[in-house]
Amino acid sequence: MRIDSFTKYCVVALVVFALLSVVPLITDDISILDMGIVICAHGLFAMSLNLLVGRTGLLSFGHGGFYATGAYSFGLLMQTGAFSIPAAFALTIVFVAALSAMVAILCVRLNETYFTFLTLAVQMLFYNIILSWTSLTGGDQGLLGGIPKPVFLSVDLVNPVHLYLFCSAIFLVCIVLLYQITQSPFGYTLKMIRDNTERARFLGIAVNRYKVASFTLAGAFAGIAGMFMALFVSGAYPSFAYWTMSGDGIFMIMLGGMNTFLGPLVGAIMLITLNDLTTIYTDHYGLVLGSFILVFVLGLRRGLLDFIIEVIRDRRAPRKDNKKHPASPKKEDLQ
Amino acid sequence: MDFSSLFGCISSASCLVTQSISGLTIGMLLFLVASGLSLIFGVLKITNFAHGSFYMLGAYFALTVYQVTNNYFLAVCAAALGVGLFGVLFERFLIRRIYGSNVLMQLLLSYAVILILDDVVMLVWGSEFQAMGMPEMFRVPPLRFAGAYIPAFYIFLILAAFAIAGGLWFLIEKTRFGKVVRAAAHNGDMASALGINTSLLYSVTLGLGGVLAGLAGGLAAPVRSLVPGMGMSILIESFIVTVIGGMGSIMGAFLSAIIIGLTRSFGGIVMPEFTEGLMFLVMVIVLIVKPTGLFSKGQD
Repeated sequence: MRIDSFTKYCVVALVVFALLSVVPLITDDISILDMGIVICAHGLFAMSLNLLVGRTGLLSFGHGGFYATGAYSFGLLMQTGAFSIPAAFALTIVFVAALSAMVAILCVRLNETYFTFLTLAVQMLFYNIILSWTSLTGGDQGLLGGIPKPVFLSVDLVNPVHLYLFCSAIFLVCIVLLYQITQSPFGYTLKMIRDNTERARFLGIAVNRYKVASFTLAGAFAGIAGMFMALFVSGAYPSFAYWTMSGDGIFMIMLGGMNTFLGPLVGAIMLITLNDLTTIYTDHYGLVLGSFILVFVLGLRRGLLDFIIEVIRDRRAPRKDNKKHPASPKKEDLQ
Repeated sequence: MDFSSLFGCISSASCLVTQSISGLTIGMLLFLVASGLSLIFGVLKITNFAHGSFYMLGAYFALTVYQVTNNYFLAVCAAALGVGLFGVLFERFLIRRIYGSNVLMQLLLSYAVILILDDVVMLVWGSEFQAMGMPEMFRVPPLRFAGAYIPAFYIFLILAAFAIAGGLWFLIEKTRFGKVVRAAAHNGDMASALGINTSLLYSVTLGLGGVLAGLAGGLAAPVRSLVPGMGMSILIESFIVTVIGGMGSIMGAFLSAIIIGLTRSFGGIVMPEFTEGLMFLVMVIVLIVKPTGLFSKGQD
């Protein structure tokens, strides 16, 4: 059965890829492709973070650390000139996964608030190491000198169209993998840990091991997102590891909706569009973005996609009980 | 890393005094912000990420009142009251609406307030760096102590912060209000069931947190430059202070603020570019060894 559904996801992904690859054919506008790449990077970042926040119930505030590690290690590996892009890509994934596994082992012992603080502190430690290890990372200037992009398998990433297609393809592969993970028994175990850790423990599940696994996977995907960004800007900057990066990830999740698989992606697109629009049309970026978020928090009280899906569900489901507004089922799960 | 200059400094009395005073100054400002943060966390169980912006508002309020009246004490009082009032409004109109909803919503709400306040400050006071300048009464020759020159204002700042810390301790530990606060921090529902008006208490707590942040802003205004976004760095540092001292513990915040202040001033000699990293390292170690903070009473 599962093989069938997996094939189905792959077919969907292929269709989406076909649609995305039409874009460069109909437009010469590089900025649209650029936006596509940025959406791939931020979207994957937010979706990987949601594996922790929405799926496992782990509010990590240190996810940007792995995004930055991905970008920096990929850039540094490429600058040595000894690796092809796929080789550096694979090595970086292994490295980031190993690093996030180590951080996870340190952090998962703590619960809730303290877990969040510890991940934040670890990330800021990364940030300060990047800033002060100037000989390796270029300090606050960022990774200078550009990232060489040798042609492999006739893919030339200097060409924006190639880069766009490369990023979207890997992005879609990652999305299918993430979906497969959430639908697997492993994913359901994570969900149980989120909903009721005690029950999971009583059933004999090694909760911390699952948390470490989830954290490691999420970190690895964030590393891939970081590599997209490194390829796009042809460098890496300390701001990737600053806590606002993790904050942005959380805002994307919240804007789009954490209980819907594609919610964080929608949130990423919303935040990027909003950023672009506010910087183009107004000088008061904070005022506009802040008010927008405020309306969301006080008005919808959940992400856009979550909201839409709840509305549709309410419409479809015949009112079984007399209550006008059935308590939204997922709101309290994440306490 | 430059340990020889650290030893050089420790063995010279004047350098030791100068660095200690500068560390204490940093620490006391941190304490004022962190104690409010800690208090709010203790009672309302929310992390007020907008607290740094409260501090920024305090500094700007003080700046304006000082420019108009030329009276520094009035300026500090106005900052404290103004930000305290802002804290109450913040609780009444924003935080109140999302009690009981997801923790992430609180985070998002604070973030929105940070963005809006930074922009409002930019609109009202401009985006350039501004300086209040040293108030007239403190324009006296620096005190000489053990060969070190200490500006009079630093002494005033440290003493004022000590006084505020003492007052806060008295308020929390010795008064009826403090008892209510501690009861609500321990078990909000039970306190409410016993007839304590927790709704009012929440407003007052945020007001008090605002007063403390406003005081910090007012006291910092003569020695720090004012710029929109200045709340961010102090927020992160007071956050470290709160976590190391133990969330919800005022005494812990006081001690750990001094530790962090001294770490910054002496750490700056050893590895100037990694002082912030050093603080986070301390935070990581404390969280791993004793997550509830160094000075908590050990209840998990």
